Amino acid sequence: MALALNVNGTSYTVDVEPETPLLWVLRDNIGLTGTKYGCGIARCGFCTVHIDGQATKSCQTKVSAAVGTRVTTIEGLSPNSTHPVQVAWIEHSVPQCGYCQSGQIMAAAALLAKRARPTDAEIDEAMADNLCRCGTYIRIRQAIHRAAELNAR
Amino acid sequence: MNQINVTRREFIITSAGAAGGLAIGVFLAPVANAAVVNPMPWQSPNDKEGLELSQWIVIDPSGIITVVQPHAEMGQGAMTSTAMMLNEELQADWKMIRVQYADANRHVLNNELWVTMASGGSNVVKARHPHIMQAGASARERLKEAAAQTWGVPRTEVTAKDSILTAGNRRGTYAEFATRAAGIKLAEEPKRKTPEQFTFLGTSVPRLDVPLKVNGEAKYAHDIRLPRMVYAAVYANPVPWGGSPKFDFNAIKNRPGVLAAVELKAVAGKRGIADLQNGVAVVADTYYRAKTALDLMPIEWDYGPNAAMSNQTLFDTAYKKLGEKGAVRKDDPAALAAIAAAPADKKVGGDFHRPYEAHARAEPITTTVDIKADGTVDVYVGAQNPPAVMTAVVEQLGIDPKNCFVRRQFLGCGFGSSSGTFAAKQAAQVAKEVGRPVKLIWSREEDIRNSKHAPAYAARFEAAIGADGLPTAIFTRTFGANSSDNTITDMPYEIALRHHERHSDLETAHIPITTHRAPGTGLVGFASEQFIDDLARKGGWNPLEWRLAMTKSKRDYQIVLNALKAKAGYRMDLPRGEGMGVAVVESHGTIAGAVATVTVSRRGQLRVEKMVLALDSGHVINPLNATEQVEGSVVFGLAHLMGGGLEFQKGMVANSNFDTYRLLRIGDMPTVEVHFALSGGEKWGGLGEPGVPPTAPSVANAIFAATGKRVRSTPLTLHDLSWA
Ligand code: FES
Ligand code: FES
Repeated sequence: MALALNVNGTSYTVDVEPETPLLWVLRDNIGLTGTKYGCGIARCGFCTVHIDGQATKSCQTKVSAAVGTRVTTIEGLSPNSTHPVQVAWIEHSVPQCGYCQSGQIMAAAALLAKRARPTDAEIDEAMADNLCRCGTYIRIRQAIHRAAELNAR
Repeated sequence: MNQINVTRREFIITSAGAAGGLAIGVFLAPVANAAVVNPMPWQSPNDKEGLELSQWIVIDPSGIITVVQPHAEMGQGAMTSTAMMLNEELQADWKMIRVQYADANRHVLNNELWVTMASGGSNVVKARHPHIMQAGASARERLKEAAAQTWGVPRTEVTAKDSILTAGNRRGTYAEFATRAAGIKLAEEPKRKTPEQFTFLGTSVPRLDVPLKVNGEAKYAHDIRLPRMVYAAVYANPVPWGGSPKFDFNAIKNRPGVLAAVELKAVAGKRGIADLQNGVAVVADTYYRAKTALDLMPIEWDYGPNAAMSNQTLFDTAYKKLGEKGAVRKDDPAALAAIAAAPADKKVGGDFHRPYEAHARAEPITTTVDIKADGTVDVYVGAQNPPAVMTAVVEQLGIDPKNCFVRRQFLGCGFGSSSGTFAAKQAAQVAKEVGRPVKLIWSREEDIRNSKHAPAYAARFEAAIGADGLPTAIFTRTFGANSSDNTITDMPYEIALRHHERHSDLETAHIPITTHRAPGTGLVGFASEQFIDDLARKGGWNPLEWRLAMTKSKRDYQIVLNALKAKAGYRMDLPRGEGMGVAVVESHGTIAGAVATVTVSRRGQLRVEKMVLALDSGHVINPLNATEQVEGSVVFGLAHLMGGGLEFQKGMVANSNFDTYRLLRIGDMPTVEVHFALSGGEKWGGLGEPGVPPTAPSVANAIFAATGKRVRSTPLTLHDLSWA
């Protein structure tokens, strides 16, 4: 079934089963591989994208539900890594293996869009589903605070 | 299907901007060719883009210097560490350094050209710095010699710095002299710098791969896309080494995109870590279609003779064995006699155990195999030991090693190198049967079920205490695999009489095992450092002072323990429900001590508040990256204390995904303080793992201090920590 998607401001038409998770459409059909698979059951957050600005786990989102929305992936968060979250991530040297980080960054960016100055507790709550097996949590917290500061400028 | 369009230069990662410190904006200028996937990440004979000075170094006319390095980048910073070590000697302009993976094929066919490609055991800095630094020193001296010959001056008058050669008022770049240098063979290899002479190593340098990991640009094996590529989803028999599946492909073959089902067959008598297990793969034009069809395909398994095993039977056996004499590894009848003779109030004993653990790498195991018309085979993989992948594929396909190429990618974690070889055989077999490039992906469920686990463990301790409250004799007996048993026999504490036995039953069990992040020392440390806590307390000692007293002749233990004492504020007089615990474990050449602070609510809710670590790795080449590695090691240690824990039932793993194999989340993250207390000299220890082993026992000891409850096993989710 042909479905029309808007991803990072570009229109795509994909011919897939409507129940296909958005994650796999992004990766296998469209070729945007920055969004990662980690669990498929909404328990790792690696697949986090924005749908109309909301952090959403694309492994649990049917592609049909994304029709008519604005989907943003890590590739579309900013040109040249200029989003404050990306800048702060580099400053605090957050990524290790990096595999979880697209999801972390998308979740953090959505949090900051809602809460300009989140507390540690709010960060922990918003990021609770985002696993990092390398263990970069301390730096994720620091970098979110830093991004909030950069945003305020 | 979209396809990647790759060129040779795209693989290389760049340091441009990275040397500018942490200033904002420094990374914002786009750097040409800074993408990261390349099917040819090495110099081919036709490569005219740069001049190879040695297998380690390519200098191109624009002055870009490519460090061709053998080690896997799995988040531990190998690319940056290697380039830093090399450049300490080479003295090139850091901004012009690029890093690329060395070619496994060239390595294997040329008598191990890079000495080793394996990345594990925290070895990159610890074991490889002599080779890597020598390569840099040698190249620098050849460049100087080239300038000296051109200018007619002695080499000693030429200086090399920031890619510039100078002698008096003469000046030239490395690139200008690269061609001449390539033809120079030094009469004598230069001496490497000693640590006192380092100017670059020891400074905090941003990791080169970080900018690629904030925008989705870094490519992992999971991200490979090739022309005509199809996807495979796979089940291996959930009971390892069980029989062949009976499956009904007709039931799914009309589903959209489905192309084939391929049976994977174990080879009788072959039970190596890389060997195929019986299983079945379904191939389709997308992964989702392959996975969905596989899930829907009726499969009947023959589970074979091991289907009765469970954690219950495992630990029943373990404790039975702990009661029986094992293989004697350290024989001291006097130790046994002293313990037997000690009165009850001068005797301490304790048993501990831990379950099997999965690796649960962030990136589920993925391998792409492309068998090409010309007979060559490309294997796209994130491998800790690429030559082992090459061997596996060569064996599976029966091809000449010279035709097998491992296209190395970034790894989404490592933690043990072996699963990739098994998956590479699966992918190779499927690719052969379907006649197209195949990307084979393990679902997370398959990844947790079949990851070649870290082995379970059990240990028994007994000791006798002398008049001064310090132990006089210790007896230990372990059950598990052999890994790091010497951590017990070589326990640093100066106990006069020691006897040790072990049972190595798990080495031959049906569950394939491999390494983990600090596998053996993590198991031993969990048990022994809690026993030591009991031993110290029973003797009336402060456990930190006990450790200082029992390692008096060991300078580096004293350095670490004194640093902990100074930094951690260890105390034993906290109110009930609060506690501090200490542990120290040596692994990978590094001594790591930890002090944990916890609170435990009356109802048993644990919160790890703070971890303070002190480590002696001899030297630290990049404090920023080293600190990150220790922070990550703490998370790993906590993850497998507070969660994790494979539960076997009916011979197979009952946990399925991150809902039932639970790992540490941000909300459980304590603050972490890392202190390097370095003894220097000849000592070079690793840092990717040593933070792991002291973490769990220090927290367990803190829990004991808070509640009086001894943590005899993991995961803590199975324990009641409530207190009244
Ligand atoms: S893949 Fe979507 S949350 Fe894990
Ligand atoms: S950086 Fe490796 S999993 Fe988060």
